[in-house]
Amino acid sequence: MAASDVSLRECHVHPVVLFSICDSFERRNEDAKRVIGTLLGTNVHGSVEVTNCFSVPHNESEDEVAVDMEFARNMYELHRRVNPNETIVGWYATGIDITEHSVLIHEYYNRECNNPIHMTVDTSLRDGKATIKGWQSQIMGVTSKTQGVLFTPVPVEIVFYEPEKVGVDMVVEGKSSGRRTIDVVNDLENVGKSAAKLQEMLAIVISYVDEVLAGKIPADNTIGRYLLDLASTVPQLEPREFEEMLNNNMKDLLMVVYLSNLVGTQLQLNEKINMLELTTK
Amino acid sequence: MAAASEVSPVARVQIDGLVILKIIKHCEEEGTGGTELVQGVLLGLVVENTLEITNCFPFPRHTDDEDFDEVHYQMEMMRNLRHVNIDHLHVGWYQSTMHGSFLNKALLDSQFNYQHSIEESVVLIYDPIKTSRGTLCLRAYRLTPLMMQMYKDGDFTPDCIRKANLSFQEMFEEIPIVVRNSHLINAMLCEIETKAPTQPSNFLSLATGAVLEKQLRLLMESVDEVNQDNNKYMNFMRNTIKQDMAKNQHKYKRQQENTARQSRGDPPLPEEDLTKIFKPIPTPTRLDGLLTSGQIKHHSNEVNQFAAQSFGKLFMAEALQPKTE
Repeated sequence: MAASDVSLRECHVHPVVLFSICDSFERRNEDAKRVIGTLLGTNVHGSVEVTNCFSVPHNESEDEVAVDMEFARNMYELHRRVNPNETIVGWYATGIDITEHSVLIHEYYNRECNNPIHMTVDTSLRDGKATIKGWQSQIMGVTSKTQGVLFTPVPVEIVFYEPEKVGVDMVVEGKSSGRRTIDVVNDLENVGKSAAKLQEMLAIVISYVDEVLAGKIPADNTIGRYLLDLASTVPQLEPREFEEMLNNNMKDLLMVVYLSNLVGTQLQLNEKINMLELTTK
Repeated sequence: MAAASEVSPVARVQIDGLVILKIIKHCEEEGTGGTELVQGVLLGLVVENTLEITNCFPFPRHTDDEDFDEVHYQMEMMRNLRHVNIDHLHVGWYQSTMHGSFLNKALLDSQFNYQHSIEESVVLIYDPIKTSRGTLCLRAYRLTPLMMQMYKDGDFTPDCIRKANLSFQEMFEEIPIVVRNSHLINAMLCEIETKAPTQPSNFLSLATGAVLEKQLRLLMESVDEVNQDNNKYMNFMRNTIKQDMAKNQHKYKRQQENTARQSRGDPPLPEEDLTKIFKPIPTPTRLDGLLTSGQIKHHSNEVNQFAAQSFGKLFMAEALQPKTE
């Protein structure tokens, strides 16, 4: 195993990958205890960003492990067609332990890419939560004797694209509802929900300030500074100026609403044209 | 009628959180944040009257360098997914849209093909620009049975449309979407929530100017199109009436000639085929007009919703300021 060029410093994971892993774990074969798969993404000078993944069928028994490499290669090709920027950056496995089989699989992946990252996702929820860990392999031992492999941890962080954050926020709401489902709601309700969230946050801050004033909690300077920043972000405007700005904005909106309703009415009239009887002989 | 029942076979669409994230990611990466159109295939199954979408995969966009066999790609992908026990039944397709303008002939063609081969297929329209403004915009559409029938006949002349009483609102029907997650994913979500950095949401921003401008511009263009289409139709009607009048005149003259000839004892002139003299004017298809009208309706709905939202936000901002005396 050649020594890696740059050791991995950190790993950024997109939520898509985690969802995919959970999904493939749920769909595993009857006898499989864990699922493995390839991680795709980009590796820039030791900072790995994992953006996609796919699961690879494999068989694991006490003394041997078989991975369908043909399948892995095929899938990688197909994925490359869609997004040529994504390369293999490592592999994942569910379950919290790193076994000897992992070493073998890691060796295979080392042939595919430079310094692969190994990610474990604990789907058995052993610690009461799904721990996600990243590992990279280091060679240990004395140079002249047989060398072993050591897996050292790599910090894992979850990153989002901007729209991904919106998607995840929406999906997260279904976590607490009883039916595990969320309806895609229209816009006005969203404003109401945001306002409610703001109100909640403000209530928490106010109760904190009250408790500090009453002396129950020691005052913390950093929090105090944050609060000062917060209070000063409300722009100081002359009430008249603000009224004017507000009214202008509202007038714009009203005008656009009027125009769009006008267009709607025009369309209805247009429909009548379609229904006109053509006078032919 | 194509469908046996009046009610569509799909009453709701249930999507896995995974599919939503995949679609978002695909649009983000390949569509460079919403400027290009991206498409992909939806996989899942039908349970009673709910269409469950459990997975999806994207379609490559850049087919310019090689001859790319789309069918081959699809087959390969689905075979591989079957190996890992992912549902491999095709149930529809998804497409991204720019500022909500998606109702065009291409969409109609594709959706018709899908719905023809698979009864319950839907098309998911995802709007990346609207989503980056704060709310997830994902909608599911199907063609109404009426529309399917008309498309099959391929005949969009005014007479057919009038007979079928097809208005632009009856072309597509929207199906409500429900998002569902398994328990394991919910557990994973708790982890993600604690680990994820809290970014401020764009949602409560008061900047409405740019959006309104764009919407209005789109509305203007669509209205221009509908106008042109209508003018064409008007011309056609005018020409037909003129032609009818000319035909009548011709017939009348003929008759007069004939009576004159009869009175003189000459054989009457043969009846000529009127269609050879007056070439029939081709009836224009009303399909484009219908599509554009539907598009306009969609745009104006969007504008109204957006305005309602903005009003809410403005009132909220007002509450933070001291009142004028």
